[in-house]
Amino acid sequence: MEKFEKLRSTAVPLPIEEVDTDQIIPARFLKATTREGFGDNLFRDWRFEPDGTPRQDFILNNPIYGGQILVAGRNFGCGSSREHAAWALYDYGFRVVVSSFFADIFRGNALNNGLLPVQVPESFLQGIFSAIEADPKTQFLADLEAQRFTIEATGQSTGFDIDPYKKMCMLNGYDDIDFLLSLKDKIETFEQSRKS
Amino acid sequence: MGKTLFDKIWDAHVAHQVEGGIDVLYIDRHYIHEVTSPQAFDGLRQRGISVFRPERTVATADHNVPTRNQHLPIQEELSRFQVDKLTENCEAFGIRLYGLGHPYQGIVHVIGPELGLTRPGMTIVCGDSHTSTHGAFGCIAFGIGTSQVEQVLATQCLMQKKPKRMRITVDGQLQPGVLSKDIILYIIAQLSASGGTGYFVEYAGSAIRSLSMEARMTICNMSIEMGARGGLIAPDEKAIEYVRGREFAPQGADFEEAAAYWQSLYSDEDAQFDKEYHFRAEDIEPMATYGTNPGMGIGVGQAIPEPPANGNTHTFLKSLEYMGFRPGQKLLGHPVNYVFIGSCTNSRIEDLRLAAAYVKGKKKAENVNAMVVPGSKQVEKQAREEGLDRIFREAGFDFREPGCSACLGMNEDKVPKGEYCVSTSNRNFEGRQGPGARTILASPLTAAATAIAGRIVDAREVK
Repeated sequence: MEKFEKLRSTAVPLPIEEVDTDQIIPARFLKATTREGFGDNLFRDWRFEPDGTPRQDFILNNPIYGGQILVAGRNFGCGSSREHAAWALYDYGFRVVVSSFFADIFRGNALNNGLLPVQVPESFLQGIFSAIEADPKTQFLADLEAQRFTIEATGQSTGFDIDPYKKMCMLNGYDDIDFLLSLKDKIETFEQSRKS
Repeated sequence: MGKTLFDKIWDAHVAHQVEGGIDVLYIDRHYIHEVTSPQAFDGLRQRGISVFRPERTVATADHNVPTRNQHLPIQEELSRFQVDKLTENCEAFGIRLYGLGHPYQGIVHVIGPELGLTRPGMTIVCGDSHTSTHGAFGCIAFGIGTSQVEQVLATQCLMQKKPKRMRITVDGQLQPGVLSKDIILYIIAQLSASGGTGYFVEYAGSAIRSLSMEARMTICNMSIEMGARGGLIAPDEKAIEYVRGREFAPQGADFEEAAAYWQSLYSDEDAQFDKEYHFRAEDIEPMATYGTNPGMGIGVGQAIPEPPANGNTHTFLKSLEYMGFRPGQKLLGHPVNYVFIGSCTNSRIEDLRLAAAYVKGKKKAENVNAMVVPGSKQVEKQAREEGLDRIFREAGFDFREPGCSACLGMNEDKVPKGEYCVSTSNRNFEGRQGPGARTILASPLTAAATAIAGRIVDAREVK
């Protein structure tokens, strides 16, 4: 996993709530057996017509907006546990997703792939949407060490929560699996204790 | 202070505690399938490590399989490759596989319980959000991502923060024609698609206790649809008797010893929950969804509501536009051309029996394409032995071979663009059953009756 410390970028607004993982990556694109390439089909049915022509009304097809931060409505990532959703966002180029509420499994999957979920208050989220509407080139700063997300144009900023352990993993690019493997002895001892 | 059922099971599985409140949770049972496991096996290969406890993982092929001609090679190349990859990985890493053609193959959340692999008190995970199904036996069962599949394969453990506890109590007696599917759709409509996020739910109350094990699985299955990681029900005599004698259940004295422990798994009288809800079974009508998330459900006789005052009107109206509905409209009587009875929510033998009992001697409406997909080879076999397949076929339904089928628009079984499908599955997201498909979630009885009528009916009034 790649390290994440801070990111300064413009942002893409997606002011829709309840964006489920079937929208992020529809099931018919889950047939690949590697982690790469899912970005091509990110938001497939919102982004493209059935014949593959880009839909001009979808935000990712609007050249005015861009950047490595996606800003979306509440309950982002609900539904299926498919980690392909996090892979697709990352593969497309996003490194931060901002919302006022994240679904549980998606949040975990994002953190396991170096994609930072930033949960902000609803009013702050609306402030971000307004800032992008006023100027699509507005820069935002996601600072993991300080756990702060800032709208640079206005200087408005908010803190965000992250589990201290997951924060350490993101900052250093560590996987859970490295840590768990280092605990093998403890796991075996636990197994023994259950047998007695 | 007493402990909740959830805490009793969780605490018994903490192998190690990490500073900052993260538990290393030991996993008793790991189910895998073809879609969310290949990248996990690749991870093991890259690290050069083996599967730590291969006997605790069981595999099947379900999401990406055809439901016709399963004895023939899979036609679609990518699907065949993915299913073959599972076989290859299971052989290479020594994992038990019930693949296509095996008498135990089926939807992962159907075969686990029917084989006695799922038992009370266990921790169970799978790279599938509907793993919550197994909570019906009094298990901590939840869906995980592929990175976590790899962690479990490598160490039989997961790093987990303990969720909060919620109890949902449903007391009273259900109206005739109202099923467990209606209970859970009602609960989700009350709590919303995110109302359970951050919680593990215990379902309790006389209406829940009165349900069969299969009906309880339907409830726990959809816990994730309100955002809860999982849901569970205290194991009782019904749970114990369900497990007794199953292929991989403990036998003889071992079973009695296990059963004695299972009976200790309940929330103590003075146990504290972070949140509690109470509902009356009598208030629950046959339910149907009108929007594009499972929280958008109403009693089948009610009108589609106006946009919520405190919600996002844009999202609500976008959802209705997708469905071709408008506020104030009624679902009752709405014409429907597709009916799907299947999925990990409602594809067990009791679901099929119930649908068949209604369908028997009737014919589906001319406009309807109706499909019944049993949850497993064993369910299929049982249905054939009972003559249910014949009943469905005589009524004009298509009776298929097991798999996830039209629940998720991944395999060949899809609903065409713009068509309505009354479906016994668990998700009505945009495009879930195929690009542009419009899903209306309902119970197997509502689905069967809709297939006969060609329009949505009130299951309380059908005969």
